[in-house]
Parts: sequence; C-alpha cells; structure tokens
Amino acid sequence: MQDVMILTEFTPIASLLGGALIGLAAVGLMLLHGRVMGATGILSGVFFPISSSEWVWRVAVVAGMLCGPVIYLGLTGGFPAIDAPSSRWALILGGVIVGLGVTYGSGCTSGHGVCGNARLSPRSLAATLTFMLTTGITVYVIRHVISGEA
Amino acid sequence: MRILTFFAVGLIFGIGISVSGMANPAKVINFFDIAGNWDPSLAFVMGGALLVTFFGYGVVFKKKRPILADEFTLPSQHGIDRKLIGGSAVFGIGWGIAGFCPGAALPALGTGNLDVAIFVGSLLVGIAIARRLQAKAT
Repeated sequence: MQDVMILTEFTPIASLLGGALIGLAAVGLMLLHGRVMGATGILSGVFFPISSSEWVWRVAVVAGMLCGPVIYLGLTGGFPAIDAPSSRWALILGGVIVGLGVTYGSGCTSGHGVCGNARLSPRSLAATLTFMLTTGITVYVIRHVISGEA
Repeated sequence: MRILTFFAVGLIFGIGISVSGMANPAKVINFFDIAGNWDPSLAFVMGGALLVTFFGYGVVFKKKRPILADEFTLPSQHGIDRKLIGGSAVFGIGWGIAGFCPGAALPALGTGNLDVAIFVGSLLVGIAIARRLQAKAT
C-alpha cells in the first residue's frame, strides 16, 4: 500500500515553531470569535452549511489556510515538501475512512488533539489517545507486516 | 473587516502547518513508524501547539466573552461514548493509510499538489457518507 519508504529529517525547531503558529491561530480564533480551530468542523461547515452566517466565516478560515503555503513560498522560495508514501488508491481509501472517522468522532488532530486537549477535555484526551494508537497500529501493519520491511 | 480576521487566523494556521512539516505525509507516517525510520518531529508540532493553546486559552477564558462575538461556542457534548471512541479509532486507521489528517491537508491543498486534492476529495466523500448515515439513524 505504501510503495516507498521516504526518509525524513528530524526538524525540532521548525516543527516547534510551526506548532506554536498553529496554537497562535487556535488562540486567535477563540479570543476573537469564541470558536474552536477544528479542521473537521470548519471543513464540514463549508460543504454542509447550516446557515449562511455559519458558512461565511468558515470559508474565510479555509481561504486563509489555503494561502498559508503561498506565504511560505514567498518566505523560503519553495512550497513545503509533500511526499505521499501511499498510492493513489490508498489516498482515496484513507480519505474516505478519515471522513467517516472524524465525523463520528466529532473531531481530528486539530479539534481534539490541540484545542480539546488544551481545554483539558476528557473527551478529546480519549479521542486523541485512541486515534494515535490506531494510527500507530495501522502504520506498523502496513510497513512491517504487509510490506514486510524490517 | 470582521471577515479578514477569520482569514488571518486561517492564514497563520496554514503557515504553521507549512513550517511544521505536518503537510508532509511522509513525515507524519515516519513519526508513527517507531519500529522503522522514526522521525519524532510531530511530537514537537503537537507540543508547540498545545503549549501555546493551553496558556493562550487560559488567558482567553478569563474574559467574559470573545472580542468580536457574543459568547464562546464550545462543544456541547459530554461523556466518552462508543461513537467518540469508534470514530476516533476509524480516523486513526485512515490517517495511518493516507498520512494526511484534515488540518494538515487543507493548507497543503494550497500548493496545488494533486495527491492532496485526491485526499481532500475522498475526505469529503467520507464526511458526506457519515452525515447521511447519521441522519438516517436519528
């Protein structure tokens, strides 16, 4: 399913800085508008809107997100690296499964993992521990059981 | 003006994802591949995000209301149920297969990368199916 194993460099400084910016965005959205920075809820609200007022702000957030890599390009001279180790079929299958999971689980890495855990929500902690565990198991099975790589 | 503040928040998030390396599924999968080419970077992304959000929220929630809204809109569900755990477990399986999560894929879409577009399109199909199933169940 994952055809190539791509080596990546350990980037503690960039990752910490990027993470801090993600946190800054989450705090900003709560401070200004009292909303949770959850990608699942925001994306769902764009494509399956409840009302026009609930739709517009989410579209604006997504538009901002889409422009993030463009600013990054301006600052560094290149887009962030995106190397999918998975085949196209795996991306389709994974995408559908993620969509099902985050809808039933009411959130993903940003909503539960960052915002919920920062509020010390027991639901978000339970959700985060659960998906971190199943992601780890899935990666292990694909890489070391199915692909048979050492 | 109000709408620009939403855009700005999304932009900061998108820059954060780009800088952090989270947009790269290879990095995400290598974080979980402890038995292989382990790349611990993702822990620093989560750590940085959690640290800032935890202390930032601490300050924000001391206020009576947000600056540009009447009230804080926080998730109303309480309790850990089968739906939460089952859904999260399923999400993890998909994340492990594809290497993208929604919050990383949305900004990554801005690069015009076809793999990301395929993932996001499939993600929307999954969300639509789940919503249809949930609407039927109630």
